[in-house]
Amino acid sequence: MKNSLLVTDARTKKRNAKEARFKAYGLSAIIVAMLALAVLLTSVVNNGMSAFQQTFITLQVPLPADKLDKVGNRDPADMAKVTTIGYNPILRDALVAEVERQGLTTELSAKDIGEMISKEASATVRDRVLANPDLVGQTVTFDILASGRIDGVFKGRVTMESAALDGNTSPEALILAQQLAEAGVIETKFNWNFFTAPDASDQRPEAAGLGVAILGSLYMMLVVLFLALPIGVASSIYLEEFAPKNRWTDLIEVNISNLAAVPSIVYGILGLAIFINFMEFNQSSPLVGGLVLTLMTLPTIIISTRAALKSVPPSIRDAALGVGASKMQSVFHHVLPLAAPGILTGTIIGLAQALGETAPLLLIGMVAFVREYPAAFSPESGLFGEASTALPVQVYNWTQRSDPAFVERASGAIITLLVFLLIMNAVAIYLRRRFERRW
Amino acid sequence: MQSLTTPLFLIFALAVIGYYLAKSRAMQVAGGDIRGLVSLPHQHALNTALATVVPPTAAVLLFALYGRFADTGPSWLFTLVIMGLGVTGFALSLIGIKTNSRARIFAERWILGLLIFASSIAVMTTIGIVFSMLFETFNFFGQYDWRDFFFSLTWSPNFRGNSDLGIIPLLWGTLYVSFIALVFAVPVGLFAAIYLSEYASPRMRSIAKPAIEVLAGIPTIVYGLFALITVGPLLRDYFAEPMGLGQSASSVMTAGLVMGIMLIPFVSSLSDDIINAVPQAMRDGSLGLGATPSETIRQVVIPAALPGIVGAILLAASRAIGETMIVVLGAGAAARLSLNPFEAMTTVTVKIVSQLTGDTDFASPETLVAFALGLTLFVITLGLNVFALYIVRKYREQYE
Repeated sequence: MKNSLLVTDARTKKRNAKEARFKAYGLSAIIVAMLALAVLLTSVVNNGMSAFQQTFITLQVPLPADKLDKVGNRDPADMAKVTTIGYNPILRDALVAEVERQGLTTELSAKDIGEMISKEASATVRDRVLANPDLVGQTVTFDILASGRIDGVFKGRVTMESAALDGNTSPEALILAQQLAEAGVIETKFNWNFFTAPDASDQRPEAAGLGVAILGSLYMMLVVLFLALPIGVASSIYLEEFAPKNRWTDLIEVNISNLAAVPSIVYGILGLAIFINFMEFNQSSPLVGGLVLTLMTLPTIIISTRAALKSVPPSIRDAALGVGASKMQSVFHHVLPLAAPGILTGTIIGLAQALGETAPLLLIGMVAFVREYPAAFSPESGLFGEASTALPVQVYNWTQRSDPAFVERASGAIITLLVFLLIMNAVAIYLRRRFERRW
Repeated sequence: MQSLTTPLFLIFALAVIGYYLAKSRAMQVAGGDIRGLVSLPHQHALNTALATVVPPTAAVLLFALYGRFADTGPSWLFTLVIMGLGVTGFALSLIGIKTNSRARIFAERWILGLLIFASSIAVMTTIGIVFSMLFETFNFFGQYDWRDFFFSLTWSPNFRGNSDLGIIPLLWGTLYVSFIALVFAVPVGLFAAIYLSEYASPRMRSIAKPAIEVLAGIPTIVYGLFALITVGPLLRDYFAEPMGLGQSASSVMTAGLVMGIMLIPFVSSLSDDIINAVPQAMRDGSLGLGATPSETIRQVVIPAALPGIVGAILLAASRAIGETMIVVLGAGAAARLSLNPFEAMTTVTVKIVSQLTGDTDFASPETLVAFALGLTLFVITLGLNVFALYIVRKYREQYE
C-alpha cells in the first residue's frame, strides 16, 4: 500500500500542511488588521463617550441686589463692574444652603463645598444676569457646571483613592457629591456645550468645548472647497483634454504625483514661509489654514478628477465634435457633466482628508488658545482672517494639558471628528453608487 | 491688498454689465436676426466678461507677488492701471462685436488660458516648497556650520545660543520608528493582500478590503491619541517595566506599532493591485504542473510581482518617515541615540513642530534649523517616492 493514490504520502502531507499554514498566515494577517481597527475604535469610543455627558448642579441661587447692582438702576453697564469674583460667594452660599436644605451633614468647610462648583459657573450666571437685569433680587434656579473632579466621580475617573491624593478635592467632597446626586441636586445630562462652547483654560476642563474648533474647521473646508475644486477641475481638464504631449505637461504630471506623496508637514512649512512670513496673512487664521490644505488636497482632487474624465468614453466627445461643437464645448457641455459624480466623490474624499489633517496647521499657529468665535469677515482682518483653531488641532491641544479630564475631551473631539468623516465618506459612497455609470 | 478690494469688485460688476450689454449689442448688430451672427450672443457676452475680468485679476496677482518683494502697498497709480485694463478689455470687446466676429474662439482662448494657469499651480506649489525651504536653509547655514548639522551626534537646542543642532539623533529616531512600523506593517499588509487576492471568497473580499481601507481614512491625530492613551501605557505596564527596559509610555515601540497599523492599508492595497496584475496564465501554468496554491504564490506570483511590492514598501517607508502626529504624541521629545525600543526618542518631524510652534524668532538658528530639517525630510521622501514610482512603472510595463 505504499504508493497508492488513495493514501497521501509523507511528502504530500507536508506540502498540504505547508499550504494550510500559508493560508492561515494570510487569514491571521487580515484578522490582525481588523483587530487593530476594532481596538483603535473601541479605545477611542470608550475614552470619549463620557465627554458627551456632563455633571450639572441644580441650584436655587438668590441674586441679592445689594451685591450685584450696587447703583440700583438695573443698568447692565453698571452691573458689569461686579466681576465673576463677586458671583463666586453667592454660588457657594447657595450650594451650602442647598446641602443644609437636603439635611446632609459634612465636615467640609464652606470653601471646600464651593470648590465643587466649576470656576466657569460664575461667568455663566453673570452672563445670564447681565443679559436680563430683572433677575436681580429674585431667587433663580440655575443648572450650573460641577467642577471637573466632581464630574469625574460620576464618570469613574475620580475614585476615593485618587481623591485622597488630590489637592483639588477630597473623599468627603466625593461622598457629599454622591449624596447630592441621590437627592437629585447633582445630575448628569447630555452635554450640548461640548459642541458649542469655546475652549477653556487648564483649570476648567469641564467647560471646554469644540465650538470654535468646529467653526474654524468649517471655514477652512469652505476655503478648500471654493479653491481646490475649481482649480483642481480646471487643471485636470487641461491635462486630460487639451494638453499636448510635451516636456511641460510631462513635468506637471510627474510633479502632481510627487506632490501627492509629500509629507503634510512640509506643506505647513510652505504655509509658514509663504503665506505668513512673506505675504503677511494673519497667523492662525482659517484663510491660511484653508490655503495650505488647498495646496495639500489639490493633487488628490486632480488625480480623482482625471480618473473621472478618463472614464467618459471617447465616443461622447466624438459625437459632440461630429455635430459641430468646438473642443471646449464638447468638454464643458458633455464630458464634464458626465464626469461630475466622480469629481464630486473625489472632492468629498479630498475634503475629508483635509478635515483630519493636523501637522501643517500646527506650524501656522493654529495651536493658539482661542476663546473668541472667529467672524467670517471683519474689516480689520478680512475674509476668514480672525484667529481660530480646528478640530484635529484642538485634539492635539487637549492632549498637551495636564488635567486627565482633558483626555476624555480629546477622545470626545476625536469621536466628533470621526462622525464628520463618516458622514462625508458615506455621502461620497452614496453618490458613487447612485450616479456611477458603466459604459 | 485691502485697498484693491473695491476696484476688483467694480471690475466684476463691470463684467456682469458687459455680459448683458454684449448680449443685446450682438442681437442689435445682427438686426434682431440671430442667423446673421457667426458667434451666438452669449458667446459674445462671455468674451466681453472674460476680457474685462481676466487681465486686471492677473495684474493684481502679479502685483501681489511683486509688491511683497518691493515692499510697497498698491498705489493709486496701480489702481488706475487695473481699472484701465478692465475698462479697455470691456470697451474693445464691445466695439469688436460684428456679425462676422469670432467671439467663440476668443472666449475659448481666455478659458484655455485659465485652464493652463490652474494646471501650473501644482508646479508653483513645488517651486514654493523648494524655495521657501532653500532660502531659510541658506540663512541657517550662514549661522551654523553645515558639518555640525549633518555630523554632530547631539541635539540640544538652547534658545540663549550655543546650541548643538546635529541631525543624526533625529534621523536615527526617524529611521528606528519607521523600521519598527515596517517590520509590523509589511508582513501583515503583504499576507493580507495575498489572502485577499488569491484565497478569499468574493464575499469575504467585499467585507475585508473596505474594512482594511478604513484604516487609511482615519486621520493620523486619531492614531496619535491611540498611541498616547492606549498603546503607550499598555506597552509600558506589560512589557517595558516587567522587562526593566524603561518607564516611559512614549517610546519608539509605541510610535512604531501604531504607525505600523496605519501603514497596513498602504502596503496591502498597493500589493493587492500588483498581485492582481500578474497574468492568470502564470498561475495556471504553475498549478497545472501540480504546485499547491501556496507554492504557486511563493515561487511564481510573488517573484513576478516583487518589483511592484518593493515599490509599495518604499512608498510606505516614505509615508512613515514623513509622518508627524503619531510620533509627536507617541515617540517622545528627547533626542537620543539608543538601541532600546522602549525608550523615548524623537524624530525629524517632531523637532520641526517643536522648533516652529510657540514663540519663534526667525533670525535664530534654533528656529531656522526647522527649515533645514524640512528640506532634508523633503529630499529623502522625494527620493524614495521617485524611486518607488520608477520601479512600479517599470514593472507595470512588463505585462502590458
